[in-house]
Amino acid sequence: MNINATLIGQSIAFFIFIYLVKQYVWPPLIAAMEERQKRIEVGLLAAERGLSEQAEAEQRAQELISQSKDQAAEIIANASKQASNMVEEAKDVAIQAADKVKSAASAELEQDTTRVRNELQERVSALVMQGVNAVLSKEVDSKTHKDMLSKLSQTL
Amino acid sequence: MSVETLTTSEYIKHHLTNLTYGQIDGHWGFAHTAEQASSMGFWSINVDSMFWSLATVLIFFFVFRVAGKKATTGVPTGFQNFIEMVIEFVDNSVRDSFNYQNKLVAPMALSIFVWIFLMNFMDLIPIDWLPQIAALSVEAMGGDPHSAFFKVVPSTDPNITFGMAISIFILILYYSIKHKGLGGFLSELAFHPFGKWGLPANLLLEGVSLIAKPISLALRLFGNMYAGEIIFILIATMYSAHIGFGIFGGILQVVWALFHVLIITLQAYIFMVLTIVYMDMAHQKDH
Repeated sequence: MNINATLIGQSIAFFIFIYLVKQYVWPPLIAAMEERQKRIEVGLLAAERGLSEQAEAEQRAQELISQSKDQAAEIIANASKQASNMVEEAKDVAIQAADKVKSAASAELEQDTTRVRNELQERVSALVMQGVNAVLSKEVDSKTHKDMLSKLSQTL
Repeated sequence: MSVETLTTSEYIKHHLTNLTYGQIDGHWGFAHTAEQASSMGFWSINVDSMFWSLATVLIFFFVFRVAGKKATTGVPTGFQNFIEMVIEFVDNSVRDSFNYQNKLVAPMALSIFVWIFLMNFMDLIPIDWLPQIAALSVEAMGGDPHSAFFKVVPSTDPNITFGMAISIFILILYYSIKHKGLGGFLSELAFHPFGKWGLPANLLLEGVSLIAKPISLALRLFGNMYAGEIIFILIATMYSAHIGFGIFGGILQVVWALFHVLIITLQAYIFMVLTIVYMDMAHQKDH
């Protein structure tokens, strides 16, 4: 417990070491810490921005989804409308075709009827003429009665 | 075992004596007794205090230097994290109490805090381990183990605490004169607090408060550590008394060591904070 030169030794050591610490220990550590602090700040800002961007993107996605849902509904409605239209059209076409076939058939039938009637008429008139000829050949000159006969055949 | 043959008072005295190197009767050598050590006068050196003081500061310097070299701006791992925690703690203390631009104060505060903490920490090493190793190695080298004094806690040596406090006092004077000018500094001593008519009283008051700074710094640390060391020594003397005393002493030692952890940290912190405050006062232009 004597005061001696240890005092001076300690003082010298003290000055040397605070100089060394100031020169070689403090700056790199404090620089690294400050640098990291800055990076953390930047990172936190970026994270915040990312979060808001994410929220925005989600909103946009929601909008897109609802939009496309609407579109899909529209497309489906259009398609079903078109389908019913097509069915209607096909029905009309079918009805028209059926009508045409029916009318064609009835026209043919009418034609046939007329033709058959005409044929029958001709044949009957021929037969009548034959009969008349046979009955009247003796009394009636075909030449004189030719006008009357043709008139008759025409009325038949 | 050489130390065991000592009486209790000799044991205590042995533990409180430094290994002193100086001049005895005209030639240089180690003091063999406490009386010889005190007769050496000022130009002698406490080798043990100096050795552990330098050892602790070198440990501090290299650990922090390694941390500084490996410091990355990325995620710090355990060791770096610990070092940065200390740095941040010191940096915050400096920011809180020191309001001027001085690149020396923060590194100095860090040095003081860690250095004093490490020197105080030597107190927690069981008090006979290192002295016993020293005595045995002296004996092995053919010396006298009884004169192998070995005080391992540098901060229980007033030379060490005064050495630091006086260095800080020199810095206080340097920065006071640098920032206030010699005239400013002297007028602060002479004309405050009672104006120019109370000059003698001013000089006395301010002079005392100025001188009290290094003395209180040094004596506070020395007193606390010395008292703690003595209690450890007294507890240690119980081991040789009786088995019951020995067990009781063991419990006491653990309790005191746990309490002492608090004291050594607190003393290091107080020394650091007061240094910062004194430096702040040295920079103040208006008193």
